[in-house]
Amino acid sequence: MKAITANRLSDGVVVYVDAHGALVERFGDAQLFDADEADEALVRILERKGAIASAYLIDADAAGPTGRGALRETIRKSGPTVRRDLGKQAELTDERV
Amino acid sequence: MYRYDEFDETFVRERVAEFRGQVARRLSGELSEEQFKPLRLMNGVYLQLHAYMLRVAIPYGTLSARQMRQLAMIARKYDKGYGHFTTRQNIQYNWPALIDVPDILDDLADVEMHSIQTSGNCIRNVTSDPYAGAAANETDDPRIWAEVIRQWSSQHPEFSFLPRKFKIAVTASDKDRAAIKVHDIGLRLYRNEDGERGFQVFVGGGLGRTPYIGERIREFLPERQLLSYLEAIMRVYNRYGRRDNKFKARIKILVSSDPDDFRRLVEEEWAKSDREKLNGPLDELLRVRRFFEPPKYENIPQTCNSLDAARARNDEFDRWVRNNVSDHRMAGYAIVNVSLKPIGKAPGDISAEAMETVADIAERYSFDEIRATHEQNLCLPHVRKADLFDVWRALDSARLATANIGLASDIIACPGLDYCDLANARSIPVAARIAERFADSDEADGIGELKIKISGCINACGHHHAGHIGILGVDKKGEEFYQITLGGSGGEDASIGEITGRSFSSSEVVDAVERLVTFYKENRTVGERFLDLYRRLGPAPFKETLYGDAAH
Amino acid sequence: MATLRIKNGSALFGDIRKGQEISLAAWREGVRPEAGRFEISIPNTEDIESLENVIRRFDAVILDFPVFSDGRAYSQARILRERLGYKGEIRARGDILCDQALFMIRCGFDALEIGNGDKDAFTKALGAYSAYYQIASDNSVPIGARRSRRRDAA
Repeated sequence: MKAITANRLSDGVVVYVDAHGALVERFGDAQLFDADEADEALVRILERKGAIASAYLIDADAAGPTGRGALRETIRKSGPTVRRDLGKQAELTDERV
Repeated sequence: MYRYDEFDETFVRERVAEFRGQVARRLSGELSEEQFKPLRLMNGVYLQLHAYMLRVAIPYGTLSARQMRQLAMIARKYDKGYGHFTTRQNIQYNWPALIDVPDILDDLADVEMHSIQTSGNCIRNVTSDPYAGAAANETDDPRIWAEVIRQWSSQHPEFSFLPRKFKIAVTASDKDRAAIKVHDIGLRLYRNEDGERGFQVFVGGGLGRTPYIGERIREFLPERQLLSYLEAIMRVYNRYGRRDNKFKARIKILVSSDPDDFRRLVEEEWAKSDREKLNGPLDELLRVRRFFEPPKYENIPQTCNSLDAARARNDEFDRWVRNNVSDHRMAGYAIVNVSLKPIGKAPGDISAEAMETVADIAERYSFDEIRATHEQNLCLPHVRKADLFDVWRALDSARLATANIGLASDIIACPGLDYCDLANARSIPVAARIAERFADSDEADGIGELKIKISGCINACGHHHAGHIGILGVDKKGEEFYQITLGGSGGEDASIGEITGRSFSSSEVVDAVERLVTFYKENRTVGERFLDLYRRLGPAPFKETLYGDAAH
Repeated sequence: MATLRIKNGSALFGDIRKGQEISLAAWREGVRPEAGRFEISIPNTEDIESLENVIRRFDAVILDFPVFSDGRAYSQARILRERLGYKGEIRARGDILCDQALFMIRCGFDALEIGNGDKDAFTKALGAYSAYYQIASDNSVPIGARRSRRRDAA
């Protein structure tokens, strides 16, 4: 499965695309796409140039990022592994981060 | 130190206004990200993993207490209460919002600071010796020339779209604390046999994907000729540097392909140039020089009885003086190194509160001067020996008195995959685990000078090629691995570290480093550093230590 | 397609004046301009100094920015103005953003082919700075010299 992630233009915060095409901060709210749906959804998001600085597909399942980029994407999803007091792991406290 | 006049102030404010306009054009959608990226980079704004990152220039590493307090204010107001000192004497904020950056730049301008040319394919912030003006045996204060270069390179119309980034470092001492031979241009000011001051000019050093030690392209350049000569080097690079391949675009590739030809091209260009015009007016140089007059030192004796007594009384203080305090050119004074490497923490990180502590100490005890070092520490350049004990206590209260300068736990590390978009592996956790392994002070003192440098990718921001022990993070099918290089140095005896062999997993790498250190302790002669032993024995026994018989 | 021209220190916008343009490659094949205004376009990989005798015959030299990040033509323009003393028009063509306009003018360009670029943005960009640190090909007095003058006057 794939998820779409981006950095928000105004503040750079990591966001994901949810089932309604909205940008959400929690990975837990991200929509998981099949590979062919994902490409189409990504095209739609990339059109929103005024909202995001970059957007791309990641491998993921419901538990979190998977595949080769899993470590990098897990760090983006949660925050620095050396500062557990910073990033989403500190700010979004419910377990669906 | 240098103070802005109305021209400098106006220039920086105009640059902020220009950037404010560029941000507005991006937010309105007038500029695409592709168009905006090079513009934001020219002002030090990156997009990293979690957020934007803002790199603020600290020209030649010199800061006042007021400037440091403003950096603390910015850390609190716009970031998450801390900053990160880099290997180029800059400070980075890891969490600013793009929409706040123009306001941050205005706040920086309030204290004569900026982020101009801290990234992009232009002439970057100029670095220098953190001991400038304080070191014994210095020919002159190298910051005079660093400031001249800062002004000359700011928004240079011809050299703002170079093939690749361009870094210049200046020193005026035999002891190289600015790593000049691993810069695009390294300048060493000295006096020739006739007593005239001039520069030895090194070009084409650098780390990254293909590391090189700079070529000495001129043995003696009269100091007054500096700007015209720099223009000649830059023009040759702008015209002939490769632009077809990003990885071959640095000047080191051009120089190393034929150093003699490069030297000839520079000398020809220089001979044809209007040197008088390019060198600038002499009285402007004298004006800049006046800002770097020595502070009003007291006339005090070299030996300090109260210091000796305090050292005899307090072992921890004694250790700190031994490891973190350096000789000053003036009798009765010392240079204090402030370690930003508390065991187990991110190298170079400093909280807003600690910044303010350093500012207070600098104001009270160091003529209001602070320096950032390329080894990601700070420095208080002019402290009376009689004040060292009070300074130590004040630093210790803010966890800034770790007595590990130059030792195994004084590790250079880039932010790595915990923050950086380019990284392949994490650097900080490896640095923390190695520092913890060598945390015992007596053991660390016994090992002596050992420069361990860690980069999370081949771009080498952690200067791993210049480490006695260098560690490079690589990605192997999604797993973090670490390659070890040995025998590097960024000092006056510069050398590029050699790759030892296969890389180690994250769980193996700290043990591997410890094996190297154990081998060193068992085989060194008296006074021999790790680097010296490596140079004496060569790589074979070290490889065997790392890999056992499999090395053969 | 608009061209920005600097005349007596101010910016004017108009259509590209159609002189008779040939490329350096055509010149090398023996093409010679006929009567009228002659312009020559030169790739940014050329050593402009070696073309002194060619360039002297033309009213305008067109230098290329294939992408805005390729800054070789800045050096070509300065050499043309400062070393060869070229007095004709030096025109920038290619990927030209308003954020580069000032660098171009300072390096000796006096015309920029801005295409559909925003004229107001270019005008604003040209006025972004009141003084510069470096001596270059424009007539502005660098900051160092301004400081000297001010001291002399005091």
